[in-house]
Amino acid sequence: MAEYSIFSLLKNAVQGNLGWKEAWRKPEPKPEYDVIIIGGGGHGLSTAYYLAKEHGITNVAVLEKNWLGSGNVGRNTTAIRSNYLLSENQHFYEYSMKLWETLSHELNYNVMFSQRGVLNIGHSPAQIDQFARRGNAMRLNGLDAELFTANQVERALPGIDMSRDARFPIEGGLMQRRGGTARHDAVAWGYARGADRRGVDLVENCEVTGFLRNGDKIIGVQTTRGEIRAKKVAVAVAGSTGHVLNLAGIDRFPIESHVLQAFVSEALKPVINTVATFGGGHLYFGQSDKGGIVFGGDIDGYNSYAQRGNLPIVEDVMSEMVALFPGLTGVRLLRSWGGIMDMSMDGAPIIDIGPLPGMYLNCGWCYGGFKATPGSGICFAHTIAKDEIHPLAAPFVLSRFRAGKQIDDKGMGATPKWH
Amino acid sequence: MRINCPHCGTRDLIEFTYQGDANRAQPDLGSSDVNIWYSHVYERINTRGRHKEFWQHHGGCRSHLLVERDTATHEIFSVILARDAVRGAAS
Repeated sequence: MAEYSIFSLLKNAVQGNLGWKEAWRKPEPKPEYDVIIIGGGGHGLSTAYYLAKEHGITNVAVLEKNWLGSGNVGRNTTAIRSNYLLSENQHFYEYSMKLWETLSHELNYNVMFSQRGVLNIGHSPAQIDQFARRGNAMRLNGLDAELFTANQVERALPGIDMSRDARFPIEGGLMQRRGGTARHDAVAWGYARGADRRGVDLVENCEVTGFLRNGDKIIGVQTTRGEIRAKKVAVAVAGSTGHVLNLAGIDRFPIESHVLQAFVSEALKPVINTVATFGGGHLYFGQSDKGGIVFGGDIDGYNSYAQRGNLPIVEDVMSEMVALFPGLTGVRLLRSWGGIMDMSMDGAPIIDIGPLPGMYLNCGWCYGGFKATPGSGICFAHTIAKDEIHPLAAPFVLSRFRAGKQIDDKGMGATPKWH
Repeated sequence: MRINCPHCGTRDLIEFTYQGDANRAQPDLGSSDVNIWYSHVYERINTRGRHKEFWQHHGGCRSHLLVERDTATHEIFSVILARDAVRGAAS
């Protein structure tokens, strides 16, 4: 019987909830593993889960400097979508979307995946043309996309300012109905429990402080809980990629770390029933099941490893939100926070073997990593287990920059703050 | 975050535009060495700690500035005119 089910719920309800086991063990790190994964966030945990489940590799440790899921997987705005322009991105993110559709069942953990749609709002005829182009590109590859008229946008988002004298009047939109949201912590916890039950050691409060090397080859890591050796060392540390690579002696890399802020309002009755984006600036928003409006905008735009941002972006995001929904003007902000984004030079991720022998790298997710969590785990686990790049991740190798094969969905060039 | 502009004094972040990593030197424009150009276009130092970077005071004197700042704490150590830094490096 599954560990979590209606029967276990009822049984524990009548037994005073004393029968629940801890979701994962708290093991002491062993001196040696087959694979070490640095970073106990969404991608590290899903990689560990699929290493154990798909490849039978269970002598694995996930090293997390803080507590599991304390980084970006618990800090994002939880949008899930595959509405990209370029085929490489479409295939990868659509694969991930399909995994989301069955993830609660797969993990026996309710990740609360809700396909409430992701709607990009457009504000000029040119922007609608661009949406049509992207929507057609998606449909050619079998993804769902629907061009919305202004009336359809209004019906999808009652309360939105549809007046013609708005600063950015609404012309239409692009809807991906299968997109939506999920409960971010549940994703981390579900993967963590699944990996733990298959024998993976999840080691918390264990910060990597250096690498053990034999010549060029990485043979393990130094941590705040001692030396740990491994045949393979995988790095999945998102915003800290630059810092961790620095520890391995790599001081230049096509990544910049930037701070991104996110916000949540006090709880309201249901008012926003899709995930949506504002096309006149940069704003994305949705409403959580608890009622808070969860939203965010641009990164602050300067290099940062501090998990907090500055006020100009706060003002910018708030003004965009009330421009779209004047009725929300009096709503109070509950919390704001920051996370560190590993901004790559073309806006696309890096999944690869290397850059040093014995090392594997998963980074460059910019601020779109959450929706990629299942797909990233499958591709990275395959790459680590078989020492060959997963076909879906083949376009995302590090050497693409040198080869001139950037995957620049927005066409912004090598300026990370614009992706 | 506030930046102390050498011309205008301490001003709010909103008056400044970030222009990126100042550790990159412009390669010789005649160079056809792919490695040099690859490094210049795509690679960044991305330090956690003291970081040299360019800003422009677009909302004030419009000067280009060279700022040394801690990327982990946002503490600013020094602000000088980028022009002076380049002249200093050339002499």
